[in-house]
Order: sequence, then C-alpha cells, then structure tokens
Amino acid sequence: MIPERVFNWAVWGGLLAFALLAEALGETYWLTLAARAAIFAIAGVGLNLALGNGGLISFGHAAFFGVGGYAVGILATHAQTYTPLFGLIEGTQSMPVTWSVAIVAGALAALVIGALSLRTSGAYFIMITLAFGQMFYYFAVTWSAYGGEDGMSIYVRGGFPGLNTLDPLHFFGLSFAVLTLVLLLVRMIDRSPFGLALNAVRQSPARVETVGISPRRLRLAAFVVSGAITALAGALFADLNRYVSPAMFSWTISGEIMIFVILGGVARLMGPVVGALVFVALEELLGGLSDYWHIWLGVLLLLIVLFARGGITGALTREARRG
Amino acid sequence: MTLLLIEQLLNGLQLGVMLFLMAAGLTLVFGVMGLINLAHGSLYMVGAFAAAWVAAQTGSYLLALVASLAAAAAAGVLIETLILRRLYARDHLDQVLATFALILIFSEGTRAVFGSFPLYLTIPPPLSGPVTLPGGIEYPLFRLVLIGAGLAVALGLWLLITRTRVGIRIQAGAADREMVSALGVDISRLYTLVFALGAALAGLSGALVGTLQSVEVGMGEPVLITAFVVIVIGGIGSVQGALVGAILVGLTQTLGAFLLPLASTRLTGAPDAGQVLASMLIYILMALVLIVRPQGLMGRPA
Repeated sequence: MIPERVFNWAVWGGLLAFALLAEALGETYWLTLAARAAIFAIAGVGLNLALGNGGLISFGHAAFFGVGGYAVGILATHAQTYTPLFGLIEGTQSMPVTWSVAIVAGALAALVIGALSLRTSGAYFIMITLAFGQMFYYFAVTWSAYGGEDGMSIYVRGGFPGLNTLDPLHFFGLSFAVLTLVLLLVRMIDRSPFGLALNAVRQSPARVETVGISPRRLRLAAFVVSGAITALAGALFADLNRYVSPAMFSWTISGEIMIFVILGGVARLMGPVVGALVFVALEELLGGLSDYWHIWLGVLLLLIVLFARGGITGALTREARRG
Repeated sequence: MTLLLIEQLLNGLQLGVMLFLMAAGLTLVFGVMGLINLAHGSLYMVGAFAAAWVAAQTGSYLLALVASLAAAAAAGVLIETLILRRLYARDHLDQVLATFALILIFSEGTRAVFGSFPLYLTIPPPLSGPVTLPGGIEYPLFRLVLIGAGLAVALGLWLLITRTRVGIRIQAGAADREMVSALGVDISRLYTLVFALGAALAGLSGALVGTLQSVEVGMGEPVLITAFVVIVIGGIGSVQGALVGAILVGLTQTLGAFLLPLASTRLTGAPDAGQVLASMLIYILMALVLIVRPQGLMGRPA
C-alpha cells in the first residue's frame, strides 16, 4: 500500500516519462497514444468534478466533448474556406482562441442542460443527461452545413504561439500541460469553500440548505465547470485527430468518459488520469489481440463494480474514499 | 395532404406502441426493483437476432416471434439471477456501470457470433402489402398489425397488473418490499418474473421493429434512449405514464419529421432548418415537461 500523494505523483511522472522515452526511442505512435490518454484524462477530470465531488451521475458528457470538438471544427472550416462565420467573425486556427470558444460553448451547453436536468435527481438525472446527449448527436447528424454525418476534416492542426503543434512531442507537451493545469484547478476547487460546500451537498443536501446555501446553484456551478473542462478536452481531441464527426457526441463516448472515472477511482484527483491511461493501454493491447476487446472491457468493468468499488486508485492506495 | 397527414399519424401511433413495449419493461423494473437498466436495449437486440435466426432456419414468422420472446426472457433471467440481483440495493451509479458493461458484452458477443452485417426479417406474405382504409387511404397492413399487437399487449399488461394475483404482488412489491416478503411472498422470484416479463416485451418489440427495419448490433441503444425520454415524460414507474408518453413521443417524432421540413421549405426555401429542429423535437418536448412537471405527466411528486 502506498500513500495516495505518492501514487498521484508517480502517475503524473509516469505519463511524462513514458512520453520522453517514446521521443528518445523515436516512437512517434507512442507519443500520439500518450497525447490521446492525456486528452481522455482531461475529459475524465471534468466529469469527475460533477460525478465524484458533486454526486451528479451525468451520462451525457459526450455533449460537452462534442461541443468542444465542433467549436474547433467550425472555426477551422471557416478559416480554411476564408468565409467569415455569420458573415462577421473570421475563422481561426489559433489554439488559444479556439480553446476559449470551446470552453465558453461547453459551459453554456452545460448551463442549459444542467438547469433543466437538475430539476430532478437520481435515476431521472441519468436518463435526462443521456437523452440530451443524444439530442446533440442527432443535431450534429442532421446539421448538413457542418458536414452532417460525415463530419469535418481539419486540414492543418491548429497552431499555438511558439510551438510546432505538428511535432508529436510538442502536441503531447501541450495536452500534458493542459491536463496539469486542469488538475491544479480541480485541486484548488476541491480545497476552496465552494468545493467543501459541494462535498457537503453530496452528503447531505438538507443540512447545506439549512445553513443558507442553495444546493441547486452549487450543483449547477459544478456542472458548468465540469462541462467546460470536458469541452476543452473535446477541442484538443479534434486537433489530435484533425477531424470531428457526430461520433464525438455518441452515447458510447459518455460511457467511456464515465469508465475513465470509475476504472481509476471516483472522487480521487488522479482517478480519471489512471483510468484513461489504463483504458488507452487496454485498447492498444487487447485491441491488438482481438477485434472484440470490448467484451473484456465489459467483464473488467463488471468485476470492478461488483468487487472493487474504489477503482484502481482505491486498490493501490491506503486512504479510504472521501465522503 | 390530409391523406398524407393521416398516414403519418398512423406511423406515429405505430412508433408509439412499439416504444411502449420497450418503456413498459424499463418502467416496471425501475418501479418494482428500483433498478435503472441500460441493458434493456441489449434484450431488444437479443429478441431481434433470435427471431431473425429462427426465421432463417424454419421459415416461420410465428416461431420467430416465439423465439424472440423466449430468448429475450431467458437472457433477462440469466443476467438478473447472475448479476443484477446484487445491484438492487446499490446506488444508481453502480447499476448504470454494470448494465453498461453488459451492453458491451452483449453487443460484442453478438457481433462475434453473427458478424457485423445486418440480418433481415421478411414480413410474412399474409401480412404484407397495403390495405385500403375507409377514406381511400392505402396503408401497409403490417404496420396496422403492429399497432393492434402493441395495443393488445398494453391491454394485457394492464389486466395482468390490476386483475391477477401476480399483478397485485408486483404492485405490492413496488410499494413495500419488506412487508410483501414478510407476508410469505418469495420476493426474489417475483423480481425475476418481473424482469423476465420486461425482457420478453423488449425482445418482442425488437423482432417486430426489426422486421420493418433491419437486425443489427447496436440497434437497441437509440431505442433505449428514446424509451428513457418516454418514461421521463410519462413519469418513472408508471405503466400508464409509459403508454401516454410513448404515444406522445411517437406522434411528435413522426409528425415533426414530416411537417417541420415542409414548413421550413415554405419559410426559408430549404428543408434543412426543419430537419434539424425535427431531430431535436422529442428532447424539446422532454425539456418542456421537465419545466412544467419535473416528476412526469403521470408520476407522483418525489
């Protein structure tokens, strides 16, 4: 058994060391995998804020992932064709701009979905977030102006000042830096009065309400931040693949983001990072062995739910789950 | 135009009753056992595949339907006794994850056995072709049969729940599990029975809808999500709510897809805006119900 702090640093350092090793060996494919894992981890960290800290079981986070991706795709399409958006705004491929747009769009989508879904709780909340996620999927499929079912290709990956984003090491570094910043943000939230109140709401909404804090507003705020983070992951994912399609909105993406969180350990800072790393590793290793690797993923998930409720982080560290 | 509209109304009704077969099982399982079951869509798929396979082997559509009921019920009993039974007392997160894991296992398992290409069920000759309705409307006979079958199942389910001993026990089990158990009812057998019933209905609707469309892996989940919209609108746990919600959603979906592109062509010259809005319409309906009545049309306030 190792303390969770040490474990967390080992995971963070491990991902970085893996990428540097890949660079040293000239294995660019490994670098791309590491970037993919880091991006999935960001999406998971976003969901974990709602799911772990807030106790909000969202099965619709693909909506935010897709919104982030489409923000990048749409801006890039307008930049590629030199046609301003709404006849006013120039398209752009500058990452700081596209990311900002993705974050704002994700936050707005989360505000609307959250405001409606939080009128209910429990099983209703799960079904409603799942349904709204599906709504975005059908929206993207029928929206022929931006590719409809075919999606959009981004011919050149977006640029970041001072970096060559087409170099796999640079792009990994960028994704890893964003992941680190997001982790710091979530840790800060976790220790702030807002984070403490959010934890309290998960455990006892009635008590929190009695001291004069509105549980619904707290949950909505957490949901919005959560959606914005997941949208940022979607933006990076679009640039990683240089392609966006309605598949980013598919309900299986919501399920997979949830798997990152559960595999790693709910409500633990590095849980989603561990989960995303393991997921990408399994996808790579099992996917190479069998076309039907999702069966084994299903079996693993089932075993974790039935027998190992703290996820991998819980099994390897000695601290009990908070709350 | 009027004839087309009536045809679309019937299509909407047909979609609605098929959605009801899915939603009824979901809402019963949730109402009685408190379980949210994502793998309900997999049972729908199992029913469709069993029907397609039996129809290919024997050539009998009736046997295919029997197979869809039996296979889905058997799969339901299997997962209920092996896995889901352990989850009734757990929180919804564990239930969602375990049933999501079951979707992965069922979908990939089916793909491994039957491959990725869709299978087809053909409408039996006596039920194929159009019929002429009063007013001169030509309408496919098979779709009328689906409407009739769906309504008959709804009636049968209502009789079962309100008029038989098993039905009373199911209602009692939903209201107070310990009390029913103390009165000498084997509650875990009752749960398995309810689950098998819901599974059989899902399997039947998979076979029936699979006859109109195609039978393929992944066919269950879009229907499952629409069924969630249905029970959120109708109120979770209420079978009447599921019926009302299903017909409302069926009509909204079908009429929206028919009328909105027409309206949009008239207003803007292109059907695109109408198509996009039509694809979102049932979710907008769900949002409206949530604003006005968060517990659903027939649900009791929490």
